[in-house]
Amino acid sequence: MTSDTLATATPGVFHRIANALYLRPRLLLFLLLTPPLLWLGVIYLGSLFALLAQSFFYIDEFSGVVHREFSFITWGQLFTLANFDIILRTTSMAAVVTIAAALLAFPLAYYMVGYASTRVKALLYLGVMLPLWSSYLVRVYSWKLILAKEGIVTWLADSLGLLWLLEGILSIPVIGGSSLSTSDIGTFLVFLYVWLPFMVLPIVAALERVPPSYIEASADLGAYPRETFRRVILPLALPGVVAGSIFTFSLTLGDYIIPGIIGTSHPFIGQAVYAHQGTAGNIPMAAALTIVPIAIMAVYLSIAKRLGAFDAL
Amino acid sequence: MPMADTIVSAVRFSGVSRYFGDVRAIDQLSLEIADGEFFSLLGPSGSGKTTCLRLIAGFEQPDVGDIQIHGRAVAGVPPYERDVNTVFQDYALFPHMTVGENVEYGLMIRKVPPEERHRRAGEMLELVKLSGMFDRKPSQLSGGQRQRVALARALVNQPRVLLLDEPLGALDLKLREQMQVELKALQRQVGITFIYVTHDQGEALAMSDRLAVFNHGRIEQIDAPGHIYERPATRFVAGFVGVSNVCEGELARRLTGTTEPFTIRPEKIRLADPIAFSPDSWRSVTGVVESIVYLGAATRYNVVLEGGGRLSTLRQNADDAGKGPQQGERIRLTWQPKHEHRLQGDAS
Repeated sequence: MTSDTLATATPGVFHRIANALYLRPRLLLFLLLTPPLLWLGVIYLGSLFALLAQSFFYIDEFSGVVHREFSFITWGQLFTLANFDIILRTTSMAAVVTIAAALLAFPLAYYMVGYASTRVKALLYLGVMLPLWSSYLVRVYSWKLILAKEGIVTWLADSLGLLWLLEGILSIPVIGGSSLSTSDIGTFLVFLYVWLPFMVLPIVAALERVPPSYIEASADLGAYPRETFRRVILPLALPGVVAGSIFTFSLTLGDYIIPGIIGTSHPFIGQAVYAHQGTAGNIPMAAALTIVPIAIMAVYLSIAKRLGAFDAL
Repeated sequence: MPMADTIVSAVRFSGVSRYFGDVRAIDQLSLEIADGEFFSLLGPSGSGKTTCLRLIAGFEQPDVGDIQIHGRAVAGVPPYERDVNTVFQDYALFPHMTVGENVEYGLMIRKVPPEERHRRAGEMLELVKLSGMFDRKPSQLSGGQRQRVALARALVNQPRVLLLDEPLGALDLKLREQMQVELKALQRQVGITFIYVTHDQGEALAMSDRLAVFNHGRIEQIDAPGHIYERPATRFVAGFVGVSNVCEGELARRLTGTTEPFTIRPEKIRLADPIAFSPDSWRSVTGVVESIVYLGAATRYNVVLEGGGRLSTLRQNADDAGKGPQQGERIRLTWQPKHEHRLQGDAS
């Protein structure tokens, strides 16, 4: 074998493709980006706009026929007290779940990044991810067993002599109920459990981008740990918290399975959408209701941006 | 006038040790740094010099021993309650703040009113020649500019001791040499004690009033740059600071008549013709040029001696120096015995 074999041999077809792409980076970029952009652009955005368009149709109350003509009738119906109640309940649940998830996830993420050894960190990663490996439905039903009136929590409270505490919590107006599995508290606990990994992982990613020398520099310049946290760690971790909150907030806004299994009979947005597009056949109303979480997320993100959540990106 | 023995040193270590697991990062260290001094901690990586700096800053606590900063024992005192500031190796500028906000940070924490801290930060940026950069983000600056911001951010707090952890390590050679001169001038101007960690012996020699050479968590020698270079106390110092010939055992006996180890700097050894005359009082030995390293201002000749052993010598590439010997050429090396430096207390 001599070195000129390489130069004179006719290159194979894969080599020629490789060479052609290497010399034309724009073509490569085009080939790489077209499939995902088609998917996102046409299929996702397309269906989103179809949804938006549908929300301007309206249903005939008597015949149940959808009139495919432009009107604000459906949007007018959206802002009734009953629907407003659904929107408010869902949004406040999403907000409370998000705040609780952030409060739980931050210390865990901070420990994982700042203190845990490589081994412990791997175990914690596994612990956070493991629930995602099993079926969501199975996990939600197990929570039903845990929270039911004859379930583990009640049994535990009874054996610890804390039944009075459980009953006290359940007797709180509005969020209480006859048992944890039929109250908003139960719905909250399950939402929190199911979405927590989606809050932990982005915060871990954000904190990993804060080198220890920033924290040392802040202390060196006279800042007590509390001030270092407020002025250095939190601002730099905030994009991660916001990314996590986008997950927990939007997932809670859109979910219709958890509140159907655990909680009160008052519907959440997802359940309402499901009911409108199913038995009721009111596709325009389902579409209008679906726009609501999107609008709420848009408002949420613009507020987050204004508060400087993305400044450290 | 205070009595000489009542003058309080800026930093004093008494029998300080710091362990990381089984590793002794700092081993039985005692050290005194005078107020207003430019003091360097020089050593290879892992020699304990950075740990020493972190002990002063308060990021580490000693396992054994006592550290005093301006006469005050600092055991258990956290970094935010110490009157020292640090310039970090990676600068550690806060990326979400502007240059000005970074410099003001320490003053803001100390609740200095906004107008005053703004003014002082502006003055400090002027001192480090970055007046126009107040509203920039650190990411918009070059490495050298970031280094200056880090310096301004530390100095604006008027610490009594400034700690610098290889602050010029990330800069290119030209900028590094320029910053060496500027840092030294700045230190004279502000009169603060500078404690400077570096693994670059040239930097330590150029800038320091005194320096400590670290090896394996211990200090091998503390002295002024000239003394460290001319009279290295140990073989390690001789080898680490500059280039040196270390002669011992049989080679030492052949050259000097005793087996006592000694070092001699290459530039003290003269190159001559094998048949050239040299004064009787001078050492004289013949050998063959093994390799030649061109260094620009000078050329290094590595010579294999007849009878074994190697010496290297430096020859200035001066205007009238003529042509040097070629590789493989037989030559004579001569030097005055007074340039030999005996190594002490160095059994290894």
